[in-house]
Amino acid sequence: MNIHRVIAIMRKEFIHIIRDRRSLGMAIAMPILLIFLFGSSLSLDVDNVPLVIWDQNSTSNSRELINRFTASHYFGLTGYVSSYEEIEQAIDKRDAILALVIPYDFSRKLESGQTVDIQLIVDGSDSNTATISMGYAQTVVDNYNSALLIKTAYQQGKKTVNVPLEAKPRVWFNQNMLAKNYIIPGLIAVIMMVIAALLTSLTIAREWENGTMEQLITTPLKPMELLVGKLAPYFAIGMLDILLAVLMGQFLFNVPLRGNPMLIFGSGAIFLVGSLTMGMLISIVTRSQLLASQLAMVLTFLPSFLLSGFMYTISNMPTVIQGITYLVPARYFVTILKNIYLKGVGISILISEAGILLFFAVILVIVANIKLRKRLV
Amino acid sequence: MSANIETIEYAVIVENLEKRFGDFQAVNKVSFKVRKGEIFGFLGPNGAGKSTTIRMLCGIIIPTSGKANVIGFDVFKETEKIKNHIGYMSQKFSLYEDLTVEENIDFYSGIYQIPAKEKRERKEWVIKMAGLDNHRNSLTAILPGGWRQRLALGCALLHRPPVIFLDEPTSGVDPISRRSFWDLIYQLASEGVTVFVTTHYMDEAEYCDRLAMIYRGELVALGTPNELSQKYMSEDILNLECSDPFAMLKVINKIPEIEEAALFGRGLHLSVINAQTKISAIIAALKEQKVEYIGLKKINPSLEDVFVSIIEARDREEQGGVK
Repeated sequence: MNIHRVIAIMRKEFIHIIRDRRSLGMAIAMPILLIFLFGSSLSLDVDNVPLVIWDQNSTSNSRELINRFTASHYFGLTGYVSSYEEIEQAIDKRDAILALVIPYDFSRKLESGQTVDIQLIVDGSDSNTATISMGYAQTVVDNYNSALLIKTAYQQGKKTVNVPLEAKPRVWFNQNMLAKNYIIPGLIAVIMMVIAALLTSLTIAREWENGTMEQLITTPLKPMELLVGKLAPYFAIGMLDILLAVLMGQFLFNVPLRGNPMLIFGSGAIFLVGSLTMGMLISIVTRSQLLASQLAMVLTFLPSFLLSGFMYTISNMPTVIQGITYLVPARYFVTILKNIYLKGVGISILISEAGILLFFAVILVIVANIKLRKRLV
Repeated sequence: MSANIETIEYAVIVENLEKRFGDFQAVNKVSFKVRKGEIFGFLGPNGAGKSTTIRMLCGIIIPTSGKANVIGFDVFKETEKIKNHIGYMSQKFSLYEDLTVEENIDFYSGIYQIPAKEKRERKEWVIKMAGLDNHRNSLTAILPGGWRQRLALGCALLHRPPVIFLDEPTSGVDPISRRSFWDLIYQLASEGVTVFVTTHYMDEAEYCDRLAMIYRGELVALGTPNELSQKYMSEDILNLECSDPFAMLKVINKIPEIEEAALFGRGLHLSVINAQTKISAIIAALKEQKVEYIGLKKINPSLEDVFVSIIEARDREEQGGVK
């Protein structure tokens, strides 16, 4: 590899990028826009579940149960109803996801020490939200139960009452369990994968389309020199994009960054080389700018979005799909970023993921070089 | 490097070179030699195999079989060495349009590794040669076709290659620019550069020292322009100058002594076997038909006549073969 030729290619690519304002703008604005859009709209938190109540009992006891529901920020009371038809209408109109029905004999049964069935009707069309809402409701009811037991015990003259088991949850790493705290780091990985591959997917196809590639073939230029020279300026843009993404996470979304930011840039650099080379490889194989950019989009976006563990937990996937996720580079970068952001872990724990990313990058560079050499004869 | 006597005298040696793309025989067992310092023209209609041949010699595509040697290097095994010693310029405009004139030159200087101390001088040489002194910082995209071609030629010559391959360098360029482009080619040849040029312009072919004519992948003629018009013509050409060539064409077809007639400029070119003995019979026949004409005389056949004659002979041969 001759450094003068690499520099010549680098300078030329750099001029291409600077002169093509629209592409440059896109390369910088697109990740910002995507992180902003996904970051603000992709929320998995369930909060303020709309609730309607049919209180058939209307006693102080039933009102106390209602208070326990409305006092929690998990539920938002949207109204009282007095028939099942109204509950159905409320659910149909999305005024309610959960309906609480308190039976007319609620107070009587409670006072006489019998078990009372209260009815919870939940809209199961969004199963995730339904499950979480029922969990919340169960917690509220459980708390009310313990309170009642203690009250009864006092009334029966016992001085102290011990609840047999009590779970004391303590959340580590994402104490407030905010979805954005793990969505944003994963999002940075997914978006960088897509942007990087898109950036380079055009470069070699453009040379073929313009006929300049044929000219380059007749020069002493080596495939590796062309690859490295073309990667360098896009690498700089990619690193700038990562910086912008991290700054957005920090100041726009207030995602706590517990680890060393330098680790993000270090692992990001390895990840970038791989994904930029992947775009380049697509460009070498397709020889057409249109096809290359479409292919880059499909090949990077879908696997990174669905199979990286960013959206869906990998351990919940069917075994075959789980196997495929090992081939998705974003998977490792998602893991690295989540660990740096949320757990603040150091290089010693991330070394295997970083190693796999490096392996991907090296393999891609080798394949791209071979493919390019074949094209260049 | 196989430095034998031949590679000292010849810049390009091609023997039975073949290229097949699947079932399509693009170049069929072509053989020729190009002497150092000559302007060698490669002539033929579109799709005849001109570009395929030149691209095999420049290492862009690998030949299917045969032998070829460019300045002593083998086109199968030593493409990398060939690339250091040749310049190539294709019919497709091969510079970067979003780079300025100087940036394009600087880029190719870097690729060809022009030493730092020579860089300036070579750049000035290209700019002067291409006549772009006032357009150093213009984007290449806005330059007219002829100027771009000169700049592309300059970039292909930055590393002073002993051989330059030009693939239809003047297609799409106006006649005046074509003329000045050929002046550059002459100048290069006079400095000892071997010029290998493909073209389908017959007038340009006349400027070449030697010519190879290629038709349907096969070499059909080889020699100097003079040799071609003598050796390959079985008929003589008579130029019939007349005021209404179209009307004349009908009359001519009735005269048995004339083999073939074609419109040519303001008159007709008649091909006649052994014109000397038949010219009086033709004049008599024209008088008999009572047609006016301005003049009739034997002329040296142009390369176009030669080419048409060779191709028609080929086609007749092939049709005969089929029967």
